[in-house]
Amino acid sequence: MIHRFLPLLVTSAVLVVGFLLCAAQFPAFASLRVVGNLLTDNAFLGITAVGMTFVILSGGIDLSVGAVIGFTTVLLAVLIEQGGWHPVSAFAAALAVAGGFGAAMGAVIHVFQMPPFIVTLAGMFVARGLGFVLSTDSIPINHPLYAELGDLALRFDGGGKLTLPALLMLGVVAAAVVCAHWTRFGANLYALGGNRQSAELMGVPVGRTTVAVYALSGLLAGLAGIVFSLYTGAGYSLAATGVELDTITAVVIGGTQLTGGYGYVIGTFIGLLIQGLIQTYITFDGSLSSWWTKIAIGVLLFVFILLQKGLLAVWTGRGGTPAEA
Amino acid sequence: MTRSAPGPSRNLPQYGALAAVLLANWLLFPDFFSIRLQDGRLFGSLIDVLNRGAPVALLAIGMTMVIATRGVDLSVGAVMAISGAVAATLTQAGWGLLPVLAASLGAGLLCGLWNGLLVAVLRIQPIIATLILMVAGRGIAQLVTEGQIVTFTSPGLAFIGSGSFLTVPMPVVITAVLLGVTALLVRMTALGLMIEAVGVNRLSSAGAGVNTPVVLIAVYVWCGLCAAVAGLVVAADIRGADANNAGLWLELDAILAVVVGGTSLLGGRFGLLLSVVGALILQAMNTGILLSGFKPEFNLIVKAGVLMVVLLLQSPTLTLFLPRPAGPRPAQPPVRPPTPPRAKPESPSPSAGA
Repeated sequence: MIHRFLPLLVTSAVLVVGFLLCAAQFPAFASLRVVGNLLTDNAFLGITAVGMTFVILSGGIDLSVGAVIGFTTVLLAVLIEQGGWHPVSAFAAALAVAGGFGAAMGAVIHVFQMPPFIVTLAGMFVARGLGFVLSTDSIPINHPLYAELGDLALRFDGGGKLTLPALLMLGVVAAAVVCAHWTRFGANLYALGGNRQSAELMGVPVGRTTVAVYALSGLLAGLAGIVFSLYTGAGYSLAATGVELDTITAVVIGGTQLTGGYGYVIGTFIGLLIQGLIQTYITFDGSLSSWWTKIAIGVLLFVFILLQKGLLAVWTGRGGTPAEA
Repeated sequence: MTRSAPGPSRNLPQYGALAAVLLANWLLFPDFFSIRLQDGRLFGSLIDVLNRGAPVALLAIGMTMVIATRGVDLSVGAVMAISGAVAATLTQAGWGLLPVLAASLGAGLLCGLWNGLLVAVLRIQPIIATLILMVAGRGIAQLVTEGQIVTFTSPGLAFIGSGSFLTVPMPVVITAVLLGVTALLVRMTALGLMIEAVGVNRLSSAGAGVNTPVVLIAVYVWCGLCAAVAGLVVAADIRGADANNAGLWLELDAILAVVVGGTSLLGGRFGLLLSVVGALILQAMNTGILLSGFKPEFNLIVKAGVLMVVLLLQSPTLTLFLPRPAGPRPAQPPVRPPTPPRAKPESPSPSAGA
């Protein structure tokens, strides 16, 4: 039983030890303010990473999420500033467009039996391209509701606060954990990722699940786009480039296997916090250059993959299976 | 589809597409095919397509073989940045041309070796294995240049990017030479066959006596070398190395070129020349959009459209509805186990609802 959770435990241990090391070096690190900022700064990434975890659990991949975030911010800016829409109706429209876009990709992947990698790559080009067509400039959003939403936060003593983006991310992660482990959809997802043929023979609605999981990923990318536009107060078609890789990295560090069928949403969340922790540490240190973030994350990625491989080898050596999930 | 219809007809879609794009460019821009000689170098839109398509074509040559082994190399853009950074930094430090070239290509070889070891020895999925270098590589390139855009004035190195040999621009010459050398290496020896065998089924090719780790490592090393050459060409062209932006997202363009060229992402049969043709199709479209006065913003959407059409033509579902080419069908088993008809398993299951 314990070995099912071992990757997750190791990831959590790295986060805790890393945080303690940071706090030992910089006493100001262990404050609610730093933790609150860590959550706020990574909120849009966290929301996207949840969708990515679902897609990867189902045995696929979604390269379009960064582009969908960028497109959503531009769409919001154009609708609110140039179209005169109320932000709430613009939010609804953006979510519908992003979710529909994901569903369309899922349908193409399922109906035409195409590799998800290349279909979502095309989706990435389409979403970025549509964003460019809407506007190549960064459009500031000046609606009063944006200022109000930006101020909205749960405040704690000592200057710490949980902003709306951070709360949204925590809500999404909690809902995703429930969805992955205690719903029919979640079970179908794991079955599909574990073995598509067996899942199909077991009666898992493969087509519906595939479409739903990409729709969900698109929807969450749309939500992340809304959060991103709240965070930056603008819409820009080049926003959030490379987010797909950041989220895939978080998923891998979180212990989910890219072959699908095995992993936890909460692991992704912890993986994301580790990435954020490295970034915060480098900001705190001040003398380290920003490229060390990339190198550190690359090394971390390598170590975690090796660890997973090692664990897998130990399990298969014993004749056991890595996971019955 | 790509593997069930051997023969010359197989390559027609790619050449046809290139011809169609060039023709469309010519209709939009009547001077498209005019080439003039000036200062001992050819100029013209067609030359421009070849010249600007060279970096992606170079990447596509290496990427083709990686994809043929059923892998993918996401790190080529980062490797370009590394090789450019090494070349620019060492040139600025006063090294000669040959040591600089050797160091820069050596860096690419090392990157390829790292990827190859991860895939072949540690058996990490290629997409993840190369993701590591994609993330870390750009950091390494920035480490080499110390975050600066390093410029140089060495005419020898700049010649690689902007010079010409027998009136042909150097990037085009380099691409042609690398394509020729690669084609000789894989087609005149059994290497090409082994690469395809590994791509179709790694286990059974190992059983048949193919040294799969060596083949895989060789393929990734060659891909790293191609990426280093592409990085050199780009750095030499702009006489500087920008670790942040050199080769950014070019890995996706290279994969796209290979897929448009008809090599399946599921591995197996590959066409080096076709991948280069794929890169040229993409570049010709790009040039056409710029020439026709459309906003360059449409480029990405057009690219996605082409990609979808090519994929649809190769999709197993769609080929069921298309007429088969005449002649007996080779009795080859499909690469993937055929998926059972979807309608069957869904209907009888009681739990399918909800």
